Amino acid sequence: MALSFSQTSRGRAGARSASLNGWLFTAPALALIGLFLVYPILRSLVLSFYAGKGMMLKPAGFSNIVRLWNDPIFIKALVNTTTFFVVQVPIMILLALVLAAMLNSERLRFAGLFRTAIFLPCVASLVAYSVLFKGMFAADGLVNSTLMAIGLVDQPIGWLTDPFWAKVLVIIAITWRWTGYNMIFYLAALQNIDKSIYEAARIDGVPAWARFAHLTVPMLKPVILFTTIISTIGTIQLFDEVYTLTEGRGGPADSTLTLSLYIYNLTFKYMPSFGYAATVSYVIVVMVAVLSFLQFYAARDRA
Amino acid sequence: MSMASTATPAGAPALPFRRILARAGLYLTLSIAAFLSVFPFIWMLISATNSSGDIIRGKVAFGDQFWINLTNFMNQVDLALVMWNSFKVAILSTVLTIAVSSLAGYGFEMFRSKMRERLYSLVLLTLMVPFAALMIPLFMMIGKAGLINTHLAILLPTIASAFIIFYFRQATKAFPTELRDAARVDGLKEWQIFLFIYVPVMRSTYAAAFVIVFMTSWNNYLWPLIVLQSNETKTITLVVSALGSAYYPDFGMVMIGTILATLPTLIVFFVMQRQFVAGMLGSVK
Repeated sequence: MALSFSQTSRGRAGARSASLNGWLFTAPALALIGLFLVYPILRSLVLSFYAGKGMMLKPAGFSNIVRLWNDPIFIKALVNTTTFFVVQVPIMILLALVLAAMLNSERLRFAGLFRTAIFLPCVASLVAYSVLFKGMFAADGLVNSTLMAIGLVDQPIGWLTDPFWAKVLVIIAITWRWTGYNMIFYLAALQNIDKSIYEAARIDGVPAWARFAHLTVPMLKPVILFTTIISTIGTIQLFDEVYTLTEGRGGPADSTLTLSLYIYNLTFKYMPSFGYAATVSYVIVVMVAVLSFLQFYAARDRA
Repeated sequence: MSMASTATPAGAPALPFRRILARAGLYLTLSIAAFLSVFPFIWMLISATNSSGDIIRGKVAFGDQFWINLTNFMNQVDLALVMWNSFKVAILSTVLTIAVSSLAGYGFEMFRSKMRERLYSLVLLTLMVPFAALMIPLFMMIGKAGLINTHLAILLPTIASAFIIFYFRQATKAFPTELRDAARVDGLKEWQIFLFIYVPVMRSTYAAAFVIVFMTSWNNYLWPLIVLQSNETKTITLVVSALGSAYYPDFGMVMIGTILATLPTLIVFFVMQRQFVAGMLGSVK
């Protein structure tokens, strides 16, 4: 009796101290997240219903949202951003998948060397590699002179001056930087797949492309979905590369202006309009939220 | 990997022609991919030895302009100060982020309560908040606090990282609770258990977290671009961007900057390659 009493009282005291300890361990992080993440995101939402220049903000109802529809630069930034992820993400994912499948082939020599090399771009800082690409893709630069020497083009491509090719350059640059990153996820997933399945398919005479399409891709579906969504979320927030490649303008003729760059310009370049910039930022919030929801939904479906 | 295939007997007859062709295609494709991935790094080293004019004319041979480029760079940039700023910010932010976030990850996993589980869901929710939606209020806050042009302005918003908290909580699930229980019986306080038992046991998790946070912090661009406007506080990333985004950049000089900006992360990658990959994959476990 006495024993069990002492045990319960100790248990209660233990629970109380566990609760206190739980708060002590988590409090610093929770306070910082509250102050520097939760508060600002709510503040942005409030700001998006205010308009005015600089710190002179007045309540403006839904006028910022109306302004979005009538703002050709916003529409352009939205279309550019969407174009980037719709075109770039599938190319990169397919490339990463093919490379991962190749690196996973049996009795491959130098697999480690290939893997490290293809992964290396992930180490480059976004700004540094953008500067490198700016140099390599200069009008008379290395890429143009190589293409002309091979005979693929007759005259230099205006990578930095032509609206279409500027977009292509941004897509090439992001693909270079992130393909290896995605490939690593596929390689890790492929290691968990029993190689005898491939061996059996090979003996049955299934060609390599069919093994890729009907074995590799279906088995990696969850990882493919995950990487597609994180890559899309990353591309929606594209900033560093376009800022560096285009002297912060998103040019030529706004052809590489992204939503993040537009928000930056609205806030820090022109006369600041915090309210409207916050409204544009919420367009990104909504896009990311929809994608995260899809990811969450698909992940739950799987479990 | 180490296991030899049992399907092909040793000393098999010569491979059929089609299979040799397929092999050749495989090695060719991988070689091209590897070459394209590594080439810009090599080109960066080569270009640091060439004049700007040669660089944008596509020269791919080592030149003799390295010392001139370096001198030009040193004349424009206070190299020691810039590198000091970069390392100071990256290391402080890495140490603080890992300390605060590992405490939280451990706390959320080890001391469960309904209220904290709800807050944890909220923390995970913040993972999907795009930075663009934070920067305006953050800028206003930092401005009001008089912290523009200070390194504290960069550190504060980055210390509590939802991802690193998540990363540590996931890793803590594998921490043997018998160790904790034994320590409790020995009369250790909770903070002692964390510091003297959890941290040493989880050192590989800490190493992976170090790599992720250091890389992120070293390469951080947009937020420093907003809050660091004076030359005295700028980091190497900002300097490279400023030099490189001019209309007619002196590419030879800029290359010195890109090398300096890339070298630390390259070294971290080669020294800690396994932790690097482990850290990246942590998010899908």
